[in-house]
Amino acid sequence: MTEPELAAVVKASLFSVAPDLEGEAIQPEVPFRDQFEIDSMDFLNFIIDLHNRTGVEISEPDYAELSSLAGAVRYLKSRLSPPVAT
Amino acid sequence: MIEFRMPSLGADMDAGTLLEWLKKPGDVIKRGDVIAVVETQKAAMELEVFTDGVIDRLLVKPGARIPVGDVMATIRSADEASGPGLEKPELHSAPQALDATPTAVDTPLVASAPAAQKPQARVTPAARRRAEELAVDLLMLSPGPGGVVGIEDVERAAQGAKAPRPGSIALDEMRKAIAAAMARSHREIPHYYVSSTIDVSRMMDWLQAENSKRSVPARLLYAAPLIRAISLALSKVPDLNGRFINGHFEPSTAVNLGVAIAMRGGGLIAPAIIGVEALGSDEIMQRLRDLVTRVRGGRLRSSEMTEGTITLSNLGEDTADSVLPLIYPPQTAIIGCGRIAERPWISAGRIVAAKTMTVSVAGDHRVSDGRRAALFLNRLDAILQNPDSL
Repeated sequence: MTEPELAAVVKASLFSVAPDLEGEAIQPEVPFRDQFEIDSMDFLNFIIDLHNRTGVEISEPDYAELSSLAGAVRYLKSRLSPPVAT
Repeated sequence: MIEFRMPSLGADMDAGTLLEWLKKPGDVIKRGDVIAVVETQKAAMELEVFTDGVIDRLLVKPGARIPVGDVMATIRSADEASGPGLEKPELHSAPQALDATPTAVDTPLVASAPAAQKPQARVTPAARRRAEELAVDLLMLSPGPGGVVGIEDVERAAQGAKAPRPGSIALDEMRKAIAAAMARSHREIPHYYVSSTIDVSRMMDWLQAENSKRSVPARLLYAAPLIRAISLALSKVPDLNGRFINGHFEPSTAVNLGVAIAMRGGGLIAPAIIGVEALGSDEIMQRLRDLVTRVRGGRLRSSEMTEGTITLSNLGEDTADSVLPLIYPPQTAIIGCGRIAERPWISAGRIVAAKTMTVSVAGDHRVSDGRRAALFLNRLDAILQNPDSL
């Protein structure tokens, strides 16, 4: 998936767990928690939805990397890109 | 004939706006059925009936603002004749109906401007709710880039319109409701407070090990085992769990734990998990997720707002060390949990780093005293040292 496609997936996940935010502009580098008062339950639901959409198994220690739009895109990209042949 | 009245869905509610009837005259209803949906200052709520019978008459129309305690409908028993006379009573076409504001329930993402005047702008539901709170006319707003009106657009418009005095903030409806309820709590309930700092390292280690074994959708938040431990500890201290009604304390065998949930845009709501004492951590997690989801974008049930017997205010991550909350009348206790952080702790004569949490209990002196709440805290501490039992 390209970065814009991944960004669309991340936004879709965020809006599915916070339907009242649908359509809100998202600042890519600012944590969701700071922009939208996302609490720990919202955030876990967001991780679950991302997992369901992408199949990526996101471990708990990695959660912090997914706290913003840009961070989540970077994380998914690194986990989804095909392994480099050596 | 039984009169169905607008219930008080929390100490801070004085009225609700009827959104729709889900039953009509002649419909057979059973205890627990949802018969109507009302919008309150905080959320859309499903009203349940507490009797079996047949809907006789509906006395208010959708859009009407109905004070708490006013009759909304009459219900007859299955073998009772229809209401007095055969005349069709006129529904109140309440004058307040004009005040009814559009809600997310019936108008998700609707066009906000008359088509003739300007291009139609979409308004996000969060922005719509914020506009209601701040009394901002959505017609007067220009959408941001992308043609969507968001929370920031509404807040900018509210600042421009009201031009509050420097240093003052506008009291929105939610804030007024919370202020009314908490003023009542402060006035009527002689509070006492006790608190303890508890080592929760074992619970957090257990949780981390448990979550590392689970796939993403099955993972737990620490709130789940914490709530489980609270319900177990409460079972031994019944004078904290119940309601104070008409000058008497009514202890409850069931623990209906209200959970304070912060709402985006400000304010709190505390719907209850009914019968939490019978649930394990996984079920508690499901119920908690369901509650938060419905607070964000759905409907709460009236029983969740009226049958709470005690409340938990769990501050969570990135917040503050402790909280001393006020009791929600008619309940007689509230538990406040500060954030969990690593702090210096003395264990077996040595200073170690431990994950600790400060738990406070506010109790009602008409019913109990600090000694009982301290007993609860000691039991909670003991249970949390043995997380395998959660």
